[in-house]
Amino acid sequence: MQLFLEQLTNGLAVGGIYALIALGYTMVYGVLKLINFAHGDLFTIGAFLGLTLLLSLGLTDHIGPVAGILVLVLMVMGLVAVIGALLERTAYRPLRTSPRLSAVVSALGASIFFQNAIMLIYGARFRVYPHDLLPTTAISLFGVDIPVMRIVLFAASLVMMAGLYYFVQRTKTGTAIRAAAIDQGAAKLMGIDVNRVIMYVFLIGPALGGAAGMMVGLYYGQINFTMGWVYGLKAFTAAILGGIGNIPGAMLGGLLLGVIEAMGATYISLAWKDAISFMVLILILIFRPTGILGERVADKV
Amino acid sequence: MKPATIINVVVVAALLVAPYWLNAYWVDVLNSIGIYAVLALSLNIILGYAGLFHMGHAAFFAMGTYTTAILNTQFGIPVLWLMPLSGMVAGFFALLVARPIIHLRGDYLLIVTIGIVEIVRIALVNNVFGITGGSNGIFGISRPVLFGHVIRTPHDFYYLIFAFAAITVFFFLRLENSRFGRALNYIREDDVAAEGSGIDAAHYKLVAFVLGAFWAGMAGTIFAAKMTIVSPQSFTFWESVVMFTIVILGGSGNIRGVILGAFLIVGLPEVFREFAGARMLIFGAAMILMMIFRPKGILPPPPRTFNLDFLSSARGGGK
Repeated sequence: MQLFLEQLTNGLAVGGIYALIALGYTMVYGVLKLINFAHGDLFTIGAFLGLTLLLSLGLTDHIGPVAGILVLVLMVMGLVAVIGALLERTAYRPLRTSPRLSAVVSALGASIFFQNAIMLIYGARFRVYPHDLLPTTAISLFGVDIPVMRIVLFAASLVMMAGLYYFVQRTKTGTAIRAAAIDQGAAKLMGIDVNRVIMYVFLIGPALGGAAGMMVGLYYGQINFTMGWVYGLKAFTAAILGGIGNIPGAMLGGLLLGVIEAMGATYISLAWKDAISFMVLILILIFRPTGILGERVADKV
Repeated sequence: MKPATIINVVVVAALLVAPYWLNAYWVDVLNSIGIYAVLALSLNIILGYAGLFHMGHAAFFAMGTYTTAILNTQFGIPVLWLMPLSGMVAGFFALLVARPIIHLRGDYLLIVTIGIVEIVRIALVNNVFGITGGSNGIFGISRPVLFGHVIRTPHDFYYLIFAFAAITVFFFLRLENSRFGRALNYIREDDVAAEGSGIDAAHYKLVAFVLGAFWAGMAGTIFAAKMTIVSPQSFTFWESVVMFTIVILGGSGNIRGVILGAFLIVGLPEVFREFAGARMLIFGAAMILMMIFRPKGILPPPPRTFNLDFLSSARGGGK
């Protein structure tokens, strides 16, 4: 039982990160029907920018670790959002009317570009986040010691997801995003500037992904230029698991995948951890081809 | 002769004599291009003809390679004899995994195939059934022997790979214009309409998938023979991405385009090797630019035209 609870909290913390990245995939997919393969690398950029700002600005010394990190996360979110919007403008907008697979290749090209840019700037070795920034204490819950960091991580991703959900459901821009996701042509006729909507999507998704990158850096301590592939693939799996294009689906899929992975690693096999999550994905898709919360897409009669 | 025929003859002739002027390094690069060209052509059946978004081809390539490696090192069966068997193992595996997922649409199929290649790689790393050698892989695959001649140097391999590629191109050209090839073309354009006119789309898609995997498995034999060491690092998702990119960037559905794609994707980074890290950065940017300017690939297939003259003659030749 103790092990179970420990793995559950661990799974939820990692799942929160998957969910944050998955939101970027699912929003882009919802509006553009494009798998943004470069999204995982935006996540890596977030992790590296976070480290650079952390070491160079010294904010945590001036205004305390908690406030400092909060400000840094917001800065990283802003910077990665700008990179995301630039990516859309240069690599995806010219291909909007092209066959779908050419946009996929463009996304793969962007991913190679980002990965090598990070490698050229920061080097190929692992970089380490300072580990004495955040409390390493644990609180006892039902007889299980849960690191505070894990709770903070999970809470932070919940807050961001709730914020996004509110934004998409309640604000005018959010309504425009949902309208464009259903039918771009009709949205245009209703006076919605679809290009603007797509820009918002490419600002919000990368911002969340960048924040997730910095959170991974703080949580695990080590970052590397290739980590975006693994996290990106996992997060994309989570998005599909929940039903791609569906925002609550991405959140649910992310958390679920995190928990499945943690449980699989503990109770089945650590070495097969990644394979287990893909097997679950394949099984779910066989029996529910559009994911858990996905609706049936009738693109052809 | 038509200009296209002249170009074909010139290119084939140039490729036949090229090794005489190249050193072992560049012949080896050409050998890699040849293997990737065959792999991309086999993927082209699935992706280009049948229109199935398949990004896990490295899984079938791995199956073939490991079948050859295991049987050769354990039982000493000559490498080249294992070619059909390696193809069959990959094809059978493809049949098993594709059956339940072949009905998935577009991107869902894409992610499942990515999942399959990852599962296969993890299985190889974890030394599944104790026969794959784990992350170290398998050593000591013997050299292929052809007509009593041991194939050892890159120059020897060049002609083996060239022959294999030539057979592949010939086979797929024949397939393109066969009843099967035309049915696939129809399914890709509109599978609902194809079903409506009596084509069993799911069956054809499955056959295309298995055939592509079979061919990738045979390419695995050549790869195992060339490397003499195989390890899971050669079969990552990244390898699948390379094959996928070759097909789309060269021109999916066009055999010439796919071969050209292999030269560009595998060959160009070698040409710019002296620029070290920056070359892959430029390579990524070039992929984006090429897609912006040639979204259907560098050599898209010519639009299919059907000769409908007989209709006008049936109506009394009225124009």
